[in-house]
This record gives sequence, structure tokens and C-alpha cells, in this order.
Amino acid sequence: MTAMRDKSGRPVVVVTGMGVVTSLGTGKTDNWARLCAGESGIRTITRFPTEGLRTTMAGTVDFVPVEPFSSTDLSERLADIAAEEAVAQAEIGRAGDFPGPLFLAVAPVELEWPQRQELGHDIGPGIDIDYDQMLRVSGGGRYKQYHRRFLFGSVADHLAETFGTKGSPISLSTACASGTTAIQLGVEAIRRGEADAALCVATDGSVNPEALIRFSLLSALSTQNDPPHAAVRPFSKNRDGFVMAEGAGALVLESYEAATARGAKILGIVAGCGELADSFHRTRSSPDGKPIIGCVRNALADAGVTTEQIDYINAHGTGTPENDKMEYLGISSVFGERARQIPVSSNKSMVGHTLSAAGAVEAVFSLLTLERQRIPPTINYDVPDPAIPFDVVPNTARDARVTMVMSNSFGFGGQNASLILTREPV
Amino acid sequence: MAETASPSAPIETWITGIGLATSLGEGLDAHWEALSHQRINADEKSFAPYVVHPLAPVNFDAQIPKKGDQRQMEAWQRIGTYAAGLALDSAGVKGNTDILARMDMIVAAGGGERDLVVDSGILNAEAKGNSAPGYLNERLMSDLRPTLFLAQLSNLLAGNIAIVHGVTGSSRTFMGEEASGVDAVRIALARIAAGQSDIALVGAAHNGERRDLLLLYEFGGFNLKEKYAPVWAREHNSGFALGSGGAFLVIESRAHAEARGAKPFARLTNVVADHARRKRPSDITSTLESLWSRLGSHADGTAIITGATGAEPVTSEERAFLRAHPDIPVRAIGTLFGHTMEAQFPLGLAVAALSLSRGALFAPADTSGQEIDMTTPPDRIVVIGAGHWRGEGMALVEAIG
Repeated sequence: MTAMRDKSGRPVVVVTGMGVVTSLGTGKTDNWARLCAGESGIRTITRFPTEGLRTTMAGTVDFVPVEPFSSTDLSERLADIAAEEAVAQAEIGRAGDFPGPLFLAVAPVELEWPQRQELGHDIGPGIDIDYDQMLRVSGGGRYKQYHRRFLFGSVADHLAETFGTKGSPISLSTACASGTTAIQLGVEAIRRGEADAALCVATDGSVNPEALIRFSLLSALSTQNDPPHAAVRPFSKNRDGFVMAEGAGALVLESYEAATARGAKILGIVAGCGELADSFHRTRSSPDGKPIIGCVRNALADAGVTTEQIDYINAHGTGTPENDKMEYLGISSVFGERARQIPVSSNKSMVGHTLSAAGAVEAVFSLLTLERQRIPPTINYDVPDPAIPFDVVPNTARDARVTMVMSNSFGFGGQNASLILTREPV
Repeated sequence: MAETASPSAPIETWITGIGLATSLGEGLDAHWEALSHQRINADEKSFAPYVVHPLAPVNFDAQIPKKGDQRQMEAWQRIGTYAAGLALDSAGVKGNTDILARMDMIVAAGGGERDLVVDSGILNAEAKGNSAPGYLNERLMSDLRPTLFLAQLSNLLAGNIAIVHGVTGSSRTFMGEEASGVDAVRIALARIAAGQSDIALVGAAHNGERRDLLLLYEFGGFNLKEKYAPVWAREHNSGFALGSGGAFLVIESRAHAEARGAKPFARLTNVVADHARRKRPSDITSTLESLWSRLGSHADGTAIITGATGAEPVTSEERAFLRAHPDIPVRAIGTLFGHTMEAQFPLGLAVAALSLSRGALFAPADTSGQEIDMTTPPDRIVVIGAGHWRGEGMALVEAIG
């Protein structure tokens, strides 16, 4: 019988359920088919007027109706869809009674423009609008629903009640590494023996005018609007930024022991997690790459494996000039010569950057890569960057023997987190 | 440190650093002095009719030496980065790169203040008929400061602490109002107690002097209006008065503290939390009761420090819980500091650890009779945090020696 504990004597953490929704579609089947076909979910934005914007495309999820639209409502719907798929696959607990805690990666929440405009309208004609006037009309219970909706904890609150998770649900943000952090928190809780199962969900429905403009003003977004599907160009010489996208990923984690005891199907193992913060700059990585290098090494050490055992890297690969360069520096520093041979692909070339959700979405895709023994490509790879000599699995999916995947996430605010995922316990 | 199998008994964890910057001042002596004299800094005028507890003057240069860094931050980030620096100083680890590079960091955070002038300008223009498609885009593109985004972003308080103080072992930001403050400490402690980490910086900051925040809570009718009153004396005018403040703690395993000769303020024995559905009356009371039993037995020498908000119905439900435990001296920090939201639970822990280290529970500042004197030094303090809308938490802090 395979050991229930890892080399460090900790409970082995397995995945027994997965769910995903992205701009490519709903569910693992659809997403996987389109990912391996090299399709892009990036399209011209129709949700709101794009006049005056430098970037007019995104990986929006328009097929999930939310009326009236708010990013928080969409985030909640996407989280629901992904979590439902994951919990159904795991066949764990009873409906509305998930036997473990919730860890939710979610974008920061605030009141949005439609609600602000509603208050402005409510103030009435001829009165100069300011926050004192908005405060004047906001009381009395008329807008009670906006308090519930725009609390930072509101999405987790909803999920905790819907799925019946146990204890205090944790909402977290580590920027673009959030999804990975949600998984890491679940892994740690199971390793501590606090829980036999955890529901880790990451969601983002952030494509609204102000969020897009904020990233645009930081010059982080691609402006290659036409055609939209060719906008995200990770590791290419002509890459010019990331493309905002929406989606959610969910994983049911369990201790190997608990999963085996109830006869659950094991989809994969979370063998290791690593993190390390960067203190160099608010949006840029330390030029020496040390925090990324340290993060990757921490993940390998946590799993108790060597670079030789990794046979695919699911890159952060945003397609910004800076990220891709630093990711190469980090990987090549740790992997040495192997950095040129090991396949490294970016799901974001197709689904865009799902921000808070990315770590979990990409963990699901990494586990599907292990299951199907097929590596999704990096599309739009027509002009290689000689400074980044990765095997990016250019443009076409590839069958390969994959036993161990590293999935990386790096974010604003010096956030670095990496996962090691396997088919079998290591 | 390399993480191994969880130890059979939890690893003893000490609070070895406290950083406080609030409406009552900055630093431990100033706070002890203010608490001992029932000093309260409530402002009924600046945000009238809303009552707030404004930040006392702070010399940010002392902890954030680069003006450029200060400019990149919103007020809540400055308050938090400042308080975090005080906590690192207090623990004696400031500038100790060996320790800071492996120090955990968990921050409970909301977000930063919006640019109110930009918002109002756009709404006024729209009211005057500027409603062409793309008008909002045009205004936001030209009016928003590019760096404002980062100054508002939740995880950038932690990011700024990493940049200014060099804490880089990990960086996690929890969100979700009061509960995020409970969970930040709960997870930081759980990691140390299980041997997943040796030392952590944990805390939160809040800027209560914000109209956009008042707006969010006004939707739900939670703001205290017109007149300040102690938390327990708000039956006829319920609500919380937002407070500004940052509260950070350094917690570490006893072995780690002893090895570097650090002196503890108190032992952080346990943190528990739950999420009552709050659908039926008394849901909160019974949840607090079950958290209380999970913390363990409570002998003589126990006091309670609560983050009770003054909002209803949660404050009344907490009072019902307290009535079931008469004779235990209680102090509501909301009376003294206002409601610092994400920071309220870390603030309660900081005040509890400070009281235990000074060998006294400060005198009540309450007029309702809920708070009674405690003439003997407290042996242990239970910190309570029940969120205004969701989330219940409790911690046990014990005197050492």
C-alpha cells in the first residue's frame, strides 16, 4: 500500500474534485478540448463601451448572465459554477454539507460605478453631488443589499452557506498568486490535521471599466486589440502585456487517508507548495530574480523533489515584457541547462490572465495535463524571444510523459507562489 | 524552517512584539497611559453626523523613512506599515535580515480610499448630461492617478511592509472585515503551533476617517450617529464609530524566542473562530458559547477584552453571552478606540498582551455597569471578536511567569 504520509511525515494531500470556468467555456471537458486545440477566449469587449480605452479586449465570461452586472456578482456566480463541478466530482459530503473549511481567492471588493451612479441619480437634480450627499441618501435601509454585496467577505459568505463548508471561511488576496495561495492554505490545514478535506476556490469577474483602466494606467495590459485572439503572446519577442480575463477554478483537497477510506477517485497529489515575498518594488520583481528563485526552490524542497523530476512547467507566463523575462531568469537559475529542454507553456495565451483565479485555474489545467498526458500549447508564438529560450510548446498541443508539474504564480506586491503537482505520491 | 510532521502537542507560542498606532497615540507607553486614564478620542464633528475616532498624530518618518514610499501609500497602508515597524522594533527583530527573510506575514486588510473628488466630479458631469458612451472611460483615463490603484489594493499593505521593513518569508492577505483579523491570527498561530513556521508578523490597519467606507456601512444602517457613547450604552442609538488604527503582533515559538533572548508579553494559547448563519435570534450567543468552551476552562483571574462593535443585533447577543458569565471583568475596546474593523481583533490581542505584561486590567471607561473593576492582576484574558455582520472569533492570551 502506498504511504499515507510524505517524506516529512505529513499527511499526503490529494485532489478528488476539480471545477473550472474560463472564457473558453464551462467545465473541464470543454476547457480542456479548446485548450488543446489552441483556441483563444479573448474577444472584443461588448459588456460596456470601450471608447477612449487603449485596450478593448479581454477574456470575459459573457455566457454566464449576471443582471444587473457587478464584478462581485459575476465572481460569485463563477465561483459557484466551479465549486459545484468540483464537489460533484469528488462526491464528498452531502449537498450543502461540505466536510471541511473554505479558502477563497477573490478580488478586492468595492462599490462599483452602476451603484454609485444610482446614488448620484437619487440625490436629485440641481444638487451638487459629493460623498456627503451620497451619504444622505444611502441610509434608511433602501440600499441594504449593497452592504451585503460589497463587503469583502460577501462571496465567501455566500459559498460557505451554499456548500456548507465548516468553520470561518477565509477570503484572501495575494494578487495574481491568490489562487495558488488558496490551495496552499488548504494543503497546510490538512497537513496540520485540522481538516480531512478543504474546498479551495479562486474566482475573478473583474472586467469592468475602472478595473481595466487601472491596469491600463500601469501600462500592464496588451494593446494589440486586433485581432483579440492574438493579443496574449507569452515568451514572444512581440509580447506587450497581459490581457484581463475572468474565470474560476475549484479544487477539493483531502488527506490521502480520508480519500482512500471513502473510496474516492484520486485525481492528483499536491506534493509541495512554496512561497517567498519580494521586497524590491510594488509592481516589479527584484532584478536578480532571487525571490522567484527562492520561491521555486521552496516548492521543490517542500515536495522533497529535485528539478530532474519535474517534466513540465505550467508558467505564470502573463505576456508582459517584465514577467516573462523574470520567469525565465528564475527558472533557468534553478533548472540550469534543463530550462531549455523542459516544456514550459502558458495557459494564459488562450484564457488570458484570470488574476485572482489564475493559480487555481492553472492548477486544474496542470492536473488535467497529468491525467491526459498532453501539454496544452503556448499560442500566438510566432516571434520567439531569443532571450527566453524555453521550449514553450509553441502553438500546438503535445503528447508527453508527464509525472510531475510545477505551476507558478507571481503577482503585484511581491507575491510569489509555486505548486508541485503529481499523479502519484512522491 | 523545514516543515515536518505536526508535533503531538501544540508548540508553545509567545507574543514578543506589539505595534500600536491608533486614535489614542502610538507605542505601548502612550497606550497604557491612555487606557489607565480612560482617555477617548472621539470626533463628532468632522464627519457629522457620523462619529469617528481619528488617528492621533503620528510621525510616519520614524518607521517609513523614505517620503517616496509614503507617497505610494494610502492612509491605511501608512498606518499599517508604521504599526508593523513598531511591532518589529518591540520584538527586537527590526533590521534582522536573517529572521525577517523567513518570517511569516499575514495581514488582514480591506482596501484603500477612493479619490472622492474624481468620483464626485464624474457623477456631477453625468448629472449634467454628459452620458455619451465612453464618457466614464475618458474621465477615468484622465483623472485616476496611476499609482492610486496600488495604494488601494488589499495585498499592498503586506507589499509595503515587505518593501519598507523587509519581511519576506511569506506574504498573505486575508480579507473579509472583522473575521479576517481573527483568521489572520488563527492561521499564523496554527502554523507556529504545528511547526510549519517559527515566527510571524500578523495584524491589520484601518482608516476610519473615510466617507466611502461610511457609505458602505450606512447602507446597512451600522454607523453611530450624532453622539458618542460607550459601546454598552448604545441601546437607543446603536451603531459603530469607525476608528483609525493599526495593530500588529510578532508571535513566535517559545523556543525561537528563548534562543534569541526575546522577552514575551504573553502567551498566545489558542484562537478559535466560527461563522454563525445568524438566521435565528441567539445564533451568535450560542456560537460564542461554543467558542468559549473550545478555549478551555476559565478559572479565577480571567478577564475578557471584546471588540464588540455597538451595532445591533450582534452587540445585544454578545451581552447575552456575557450575562451567562457574570463576575468576569469585561472591557470593550470599541468604547476606547472605536471600531477598527479588520484591525479590531489584533487590537484586542495587543491590548490583552499589554495588560498581562503590565500586570493589571485597565479601569473601565463604561457608564452602563457592564464593566466591573478588577483589582488583582489578570492571569489570562479572552479576546472576543464578533463581526458586525458575520464572523465570530475568540482567543486565549495568558500571562507568563
